[in-house]
Amino acid sequence: MIVIDYDKVLSNKIKGIKPSGIRRFFDIAGTMEGVISLGVGEPDFSTPWVIRKAAIQVLERKHIVYGPNKGIAPLRSAITDRIKKKHGVDYCPDNEIIVTVGGSEAIDLALRGLLDNGDEVLVVEPCFVCYAPLVELAGGVAVPVPTRIENNFKLTVDDLKDKITDRTKLLILPFPNNPTGAVMTREDLEPIAELLRDTNIIVLSDEIYSELTYGREHFSIIELDGMAERTIYVNGFSKAYAMTGWRLGYVAAPEPIITQISKIHQYGIMCSPYVSQNAAIEALKECDSEIVKMRDEYNVRRKYLVNEFNRLGMKCFDPEGAFYVFPSIKHTGLTSEEFCERLLYEEKVAVVPGSAFGDSGEGYVRVSYAYSLKHLMEAVRRIEKFLTKLEGEKNG
Amino acid sequence: MNKKIVKILQQNARISDAALGEMLGISAEEAAAEIEKLEKSGIIKGYSVIVDDELYDNSTVYATIELKVTPQRDCGFDDIAKTIMMYDEVESVSLMSSGAYDLAVEVKGSNLKDVALFVSERLSTIDGVLSTATHFILKKYKEKGIFIDKEEPDERGLG
Repeated sequence: MIVIDYDKVLSNKIKGIKPSGIRRFFDIAGTMEGVISLGVGEPDFSTPWVIRKAAIQVLERKHIVYGPNKGIAPLRSAITDRIKKKHGVDYCPDNEIIVTVGGSEAIDLALRGLLDNGDEVLVVEPCFVCYAPLVELAGGVAVPVPTRIENNFKLTVDDLKDKITDRTKLLILPFPNNPTGAVMTREDLEPIAELLRDTNIIVLSDEIYSELTYGREHFSIIELDGMAERTIYVNGFSKAYAMTGWRLGYVAAPEPIITQISKIHQYGIMCSPYVSQNAAIEALKECDSEIVKMRDEYNVRRKYLVNEFNRLGMKCFDPEGAFYVFPSIKHTGLTSEEFCERLLYEEKVAVVPGSAFGDSGEGYVRVSYAYSLKHLMEAVRRIEKFLTKLEGEKNG
Repeated sequence: MNKKIVKILQQNARISDAALGEMLGISAEEAAAEIEKLEKSGIIKGYSVIVDDELYDNSTVYATIELKVTPQRDCGFDDIAKTIMMYDEVESVSLMSSGAYDLAVEVKGSNLKDVALFVSERLSTIDGVLSTATHFILKKYKEKGIFIDKEEPDERGLG
């Protein structure tokens, strides 16, 4: 028998990376019967039919090839047209765009392309779980920048300015935000841009939820004077078009950055899925009305949950983007981990502890409304029962 | 507003006024008033229960009957349709455009023989009915947007 000490085989860097806090939790939930989850971060809608039809036609009529490294030309053009239409900013489809395997790859490319060992990255928290681990894998140091409920989880200059050092290379700006649902308006972004204009700090703007805002159009930091030059813009098809499994995103940035980071994509990935790329052209050209339909539906659920959580005493600010609400559980006296674990075991509802998204998420839980109203109503019923029980314990 | 309300009620007609109000950003009283308006104006005709007959009453039989009829002067198919819809056994009556037949009638009965006799004795004997073709329904998979056979699958897993 050959004995291998896998601990010695594996790199210290990878062993030092924490596994996702979301995963651990849902592994437990997966072993239980009758759990209803408000946990997923992907749409409950099917990919619009015209997109699926386009993919079927590609399968029927084309050779499924690698395609160009940076993505097929008509898709790159459709993407730059889209950014131009939405934000009035011109990117060159040949030199300033890479079609990536989801927004996640785009984030990884940006971090690996910009960071040297010890470079610092400002990570606005609470945020999606991937940023800090990817920063560490790229040799960088993640510096958390907590946002606060008093500011509706928007980033302010005060949150930011003390965190900037000589080694700060990047600011990760994830708005509309997962898990809080917070958005940044032009007025919110202007002071941030002002602070960064005199520096060499690059913004990594993760705008994957940009199509899902309620009551106002999404505003991108690239629209502000001098900011497109210092921004790596990340977006994708997963959330807007319910295309998570198609694995397609993109990154837009100034040519010198794209030229370098496209090497990582070229050697590590080669190219994004060819069928998905062809179908995505259809998404950009034909599916605006589908987005509106889904957004309207999300909005009904959003309003329902915000009102219900406030009614139940789980104070919940009005999130203007993404498909999450982020109610407070502080009044229960439990940590967010304890709250979620008990809610899961006692009432079989799975929500994600806010602490999984950074220390500043402690005291909150993330609730996804990418679920039918029927599903949400049943979950609320169970949560209400759980809260009543907690209240009883306190008084008893 | 009407569209939004109807869409929510079609998913769950038993929703409380308060919850409906929350979804629409209005008060419970306003939501109740909106529903009343929809009912009074005749847009909402009624509320119904969708049951899984295999669990509820296994012997219930449904059939779709294709009817060819002779349209009548001045009132076309309306008169015959009105006669047919008065029967309690009849669940739905629709005018079809295919040309192969004219009226689609859904009939419910407590057993196969009941339905067959209803068709032969009541429907086919109505003046103007030229022929009938009866299709018994063996299983319903989905009705009014609701999955009957089993829960709508969620391939996303729990999270």
